[in-house]
Amino acid sequence: MTGFVGGAVYGLAGGLVIAVAALFGVWWERKVSARIQMRLGPTEIGPAGLFQTLADTIKLVLKEDITPRQVDRPLFRMAPLLVFTPIAMSLVVIPFAGGWVPLNTSVGMLFFVAVPSVSVIGVLLAGFSSGNTYATLGGLRGAAQMISYELPRTLSVLAMALLAGSLAPLEVMNRYEWWWTPATFIALIVYFISSIAELNRGPFDIPEAESELVAGYFADYSGIRWAIFMMSEYGGLVAASFFGAAIFMGGAQGLPGVFGVLLIFAKALVLITLMMLVKWTFPRFRSDQLLTLAWKVLTPMALVQLVIVGVILPWL
Amino acid sequence: MTLDIKERSWTTGSDGTPVEELVVNVGPSHPSTHGVCRVIAHVDGEVVTKAEPVIGYLHRGIEKIVENRTYLQIVPITDRLDYVGSMYANWAYCRSVERLAGIRVPERAEYLRVITCELQRIASHMMSLGSTGADTGAATMFIYAFDVRERIVELFEELCGSRLTYNYVRPGGVSMDVPEGWFDDILSWTDAARNSISQMDRLFFGNFIARGRLKGIGVLSAKDAVGWGASGPVARGSGVNWDLRKHDTYSVYPRFDFDVPVGSNGDAYDRARCRLFECYESLRIVEQAIEQIEPGPFKADGIPRLLAPRPGDAYDHIESARGSLGIYLVSDGSPRPYRMKVRSPAFCNLALLPLLAEGHTLSDLVIVLGSLDPVFGEVDR
Repeated sequence: MTGFVGGAVYGLAGGLVIAVAALFGVWWERKVSARIQMRLGPTEIGPAGLFQTLADTIKLVLKEDITPRQVDRPLFRMAPLLVFTPIAMSLVVIPFAGGWVPLNTSVGMLFFVAVPSVSVIGVLLAGFSSGNTYATLGGLRGAAQMISYELPRTLSVLAMALLAGSLAPLEVMNRYEWWWTPATFIALIVYFISSIAELNRGPFDIPEAESELVAGYFADYSGIRWAIFMMSEYGGLVAASFFGAAIFMGGAQGLPGVFGVLLIFAKALVLITLMMLVKWTFPRFRSDQLLTLAWKVLTPMALVQLVIVGVILPWL
Repeated sequence: MTLDIKERSWTTGSDGTPVEELVVNVGPSHPSTHGVCRVIAHVDGEVVTKAEPVIGYLHRGIEKIVENRTYLQIVPITDRLDYVGSMYANWAYCRSVERLAGIRVPERAEYLRVITCELQRIASHMMSLGSTGADTGAATMFIYAFDVRERIVELFEELCGSRLTYNYVRPGGVSMDVPEGWFDDILSWTDAARNSISQMDRLFFGNFIARGRLKGIGVLSAKDAVGWGASGPVARGSGVNWDLRKHDTYSVYPRFDFDVPVGSNGDAYDRARCRLFECYESLRIVEQAIEQIEPGPFKADGIPRLLAPRPGDAYDHIESARGSLGIYLVSDGSPRPYRMKVRSPAFCNLALLPLLAEGHTLSDLVIVLGSLDPVFGEVDR
């Protein structure tokens, strides 16, 4: 019973974290993109437009939940949750503070790279069940992309696991030493790029390519179900950045309690902002170029990193 | 013409088995169709096997409407042809009327036409380059391009009160002289414009993703470009050195020193680069024209309100941002034209789409379409 209560508490907390992360993430993205494009971004609602996304969310929640006639109804309604849930679950193994992780499991890193990839099924289903050619193509592209970027991402995380001698994110964070960052810089780059691709964000937003597929796999969604897709994207963004900060950059190590949380937050914010800068500066890849990048560039890079770590390890 | 719009389309696979193709209907309302173009794309996986443009969604019957308008009433209607570069249709029409009625245009008016049309060329190319960016997913490029375009549109607003449909070039001259300090405004802006354009060049064309997306896409051979009647940057991107300003020169263009950028590969990248370099050349022409322009009348005297040219016909063409824009007029001696035919470069260039898009992926279809830079007001008329 306590397990159930604890699970419910974690679930609610996780949902809240993702909701807040999405609200903040959308606002931050609009501000960053506005700065790049010589605009102001949201300014009217709240200080510096901070509550603009809250207002947008209220609008989305109040909208009619439309299910188009031609769709496969159960699959169509289920797909957003299938995308969202695995990403929300992945938050549970991220060490948010110096000595604390919501779920301290010895296979946390494996959990983190494995569980979010289940959301591929949701993307595929959303595209397939919409009965719309754009959505179908978007779903297929999404599946191809997310699956191929699993490999370099996993390999880059594996390098850190080897170095730390543990698969528990908390252990990796606690054993972090400053020279790990230069030594595993290639892994960080591979992790960064493949995380963007895994999240379907620009320049890898091929499944939802606005100029070709209108909105890709969620072209037929509206209201709260569309918002859930957006929340998954920003939830995934936050999860990937915090995990990257914890594993590759030492996370909250060295500072106790709240200060540690602030430290890991600052590191994650750097990664989030970098991802946004990349998105708003670069054009989009084509699907075949994207797969070429995954298999011919990132995977060999990750393997080189593994070799480097393998050479370093005996000297430790 | 019968349209091949089937729900299901079957082809034969490489091993002889029947394969069902996916028919993707792109448009007429779609983020990257540059207006209201509809393309019926047959795709095998992601690869387009057949792309069929369907036009006519913006057909307003302009060529018929003008048969019931007087010669001066037609000028604002020509604005609605190419609404991204309204000055060109104004000018092409006025040149045909002037040829038909034997009107001599004062020199100052010719200079003003050159200045406005070269500014218009930059504005139009900014739209094209910006949407090339947007098509490839670089939204920032679009904003930067529109920053430059916005300044030109503001200059036009100062000049004639209108931001999009100018009605500025009139038979016999232009509608009004420039406001005070207008030339100085332009001269103080040209350097900033050069900087912005080269910044866009570095931002977008310097990016390896953009190059990878544009190079080798929609390759048009010089032979096909000539054979299909392509003109403007589409033909020049393929290495066809054909610019009416140089090779069938008109107005006061022979007095200016400018180059015609010509590509070599005929792909989307070369077409976009031609447009980019043409912007620099246009700035050069504008600067020279402002230097050479002298005070004088901006409008020919003695043009009646109800212009009734002698029976006959006239054709004249100018180099618009999209290519050779020609207008053919037939007069039966009445104050209204008997017939007007627009030779629209966007229409001829768009005809290349099935040829260029075949074999590329769906993502490249929108790039090919964007690289042809169609404006549907002019395609459908």
